[in-house]
Amino acid sequence: MRSRKRIKVFFIIILSIAILSIVFAIIAPVFAPNDPLQTDFVHILEKPSEKYLFGTDQVGRCVYSRILYGAKVSLGMTFLLLSLIFIFGLIIGIVAGMAGGIIDTTIMRIADTVLSFPDIVFAIAIVGILGPGMRNTILALSVIWWTKYARLTRVLVMGIKNREYVDAAVMVGAGKLKLITHYILPNIISPLIVQLALDIGGMMLALAGLSFLGLGVQSPTPEWGNMLNEGRSYMQTAPWLLIYPGVAIFIVVSIFNILGDTVRDLLDPKHV
Amino acid sequence: MKNYLFRRMLQLMIVMILASFLTFGLTYISPSDPAEMILTSHDIVPTEELLEQTREEMGLNDPFIVQYGNWLKNLLSGDFGYSYSTRGPVADILAQRLYMTVRLALVSLLFLIVFSLSLGILSSIKKNTVVDIMIRGISFVGISIPTFWLGLILIYLFVVKCHWFKITDPNAIESVILPALTLSIPLIGRYIRQIRAAILEQYSQDYVVGARARGIRESKIIIKHILPNALMGIVTLLGLSVAVLLGGTVIVENIFSWPGLGSMALTAITYRDYPLLQSYVIFMTLIYVSINFIVDITIQTLDPRVSIIGGDMDEK
Repeated sequence: MRSRKRIKVFFIIILSIAILSIVFAIIAPVFAPNDPLQTDFVHILEKPSEKYLFGTDQVGRCVYSRILYGAKVSLGMTFLLLSLIFIFGLIIGIVAGMAGGIIDTTIMRIADTVLSFPDIVFAIAIVGILGPGMRNTILALSVIWWTKYARLTRVLVMGIKNREYVDAAVMVGAGKLKLITHYILPNIISPLIVQLALDIGGMMLALAGLSFLGLGVQSPTPEWGNMLNEGRSYMQTAPWLLIYPGVAIFIVVSIFNILGDTVRDLLDPKHV
Repeated sequence: MKNYLFRRMLQLMIVMILASFLTFGLTYISPSDPAEMILTSHDIVPTEELLEQTREEMGLNDPFIVQYGNWLKNLLSGDFGYSYSTRGPVADILAQRLYMTVRLALVSLLFLIVFSLSLGILSSIKKNTVVDIMIRGISFVGISIPTFWLGLILIYLFVVKCHWFKITDPNAIESVILPALTLSIPLIGRYIRQIRAAILEQYSQDYVVGARARGIRESKIIIKHILPNALMGIVTLLGLSVAVLLGGTVIVENIFSWPGLGSMALTAITYRDYPLLQSYVIFMTLIYVSINFIVDITIQTLDPRVSIIGGDMDEK
């Protein structure tokens, strides 16, 4: 069993790495030696060299620069999706939990039903029918995944809304909004953060997966999933097109998965 | 139990009706015109007059709810319509493709159960030893690695470089191995963790301590006492993973050109072949919901302690 102090230290380290990777993704363009969209038919499928650190792709674009720009797209999409479902789920969950009765039942039945759909299959159907693209992908995944947070929030709200301190707050005249922001939210936020942290890696993989299938981010915008999709036909002649984007996804997803586990160990001591 | 069964059946039906409604609704609001699709698929140049006539024939001028009703009626009687791209009946294509996907899924499930159980048990028995740390490392890699990248790497290593496998003929026995591995490895990673945790939790229970005190062999304790108790959580997990497995087939079938339902769905998207895509979604949802239904019933039978009277799993 790891001691709490060690977990804390580890958490700070991994959090710094995660934040660094986000910062790095934002300022990535500064480091990119070449224009990620610049095609160059003299230098197609070139091996990694000093000028092209990770080689070039089938139309002569710099793979290294594309990966750097891709970080921004991948992480940006993930955090947009995450914030959407988190905020939406939180609001719905609080409304259901506080209101109770018919509102609660209706909301929860809808959530249960959405939850009984096979998620990726539906995302593929939604994107497939509405048309591929970044916006529709995020939309499709949010439509399905808000339910998880709504349910969790609701259960948490139900668990504390009848506690004495909440009653006391109502008695001294706290309004609904104040009750939620000052008494309910601070007490339910940590399990939600744990869930959020655990989900980041999976969401990143789902988004990259849809892009890989040609449903998410569209070429020429660099994104790791679609880079792998474009590169796979050149597996025999240019394996670097396969290796570097994959390693990039793997490393970033690993960082966030470790972060998720550590956050859980830290905020949910029962689990350790 | 009877009451519970009835409630779950009802829920299953509601989910399916909603799924069909959503699927149909999505195609309804989609930018493509089915009349135009069907004409072009028959190599007829769509004139305005012809389009109007086809629309009338296909019932596209009816109100939404009437169209949905007719579509659902056909669906329930086994008429899935005709594919725009291949012009054949969707039901035939589905039957063919379903077999391949089921084959892939079953082999993956087999890998999943064999590897995750053996590694999960091993890592819990050898807790905090080198073996345990190694298995946990494998499990972590499994969780973090993207399916599509894993598939490509496996092809690169075992097909392009080593020539160990041929993947050109999907009907050959050996060709299922790499796709099934690709599909199952991410799940194996997740399962190892869960199984390890489930077993370790049982380890500290009084009955295990008691069994040990009575001098029962360790292997017997694990097989006879711990495993049956840890099984519950594992069965639940199995149900939850079906969605991942089904979603994963799309990617894996795409990478390995596996002629199953997943690659069919992608082709359907490319050709805007909505009858095919609709039946894919309906079919997958049906499979998913049915498996979860079976899993729930299994859990009920395995452990009657799980409340069936309230039936509400909301409190987790």
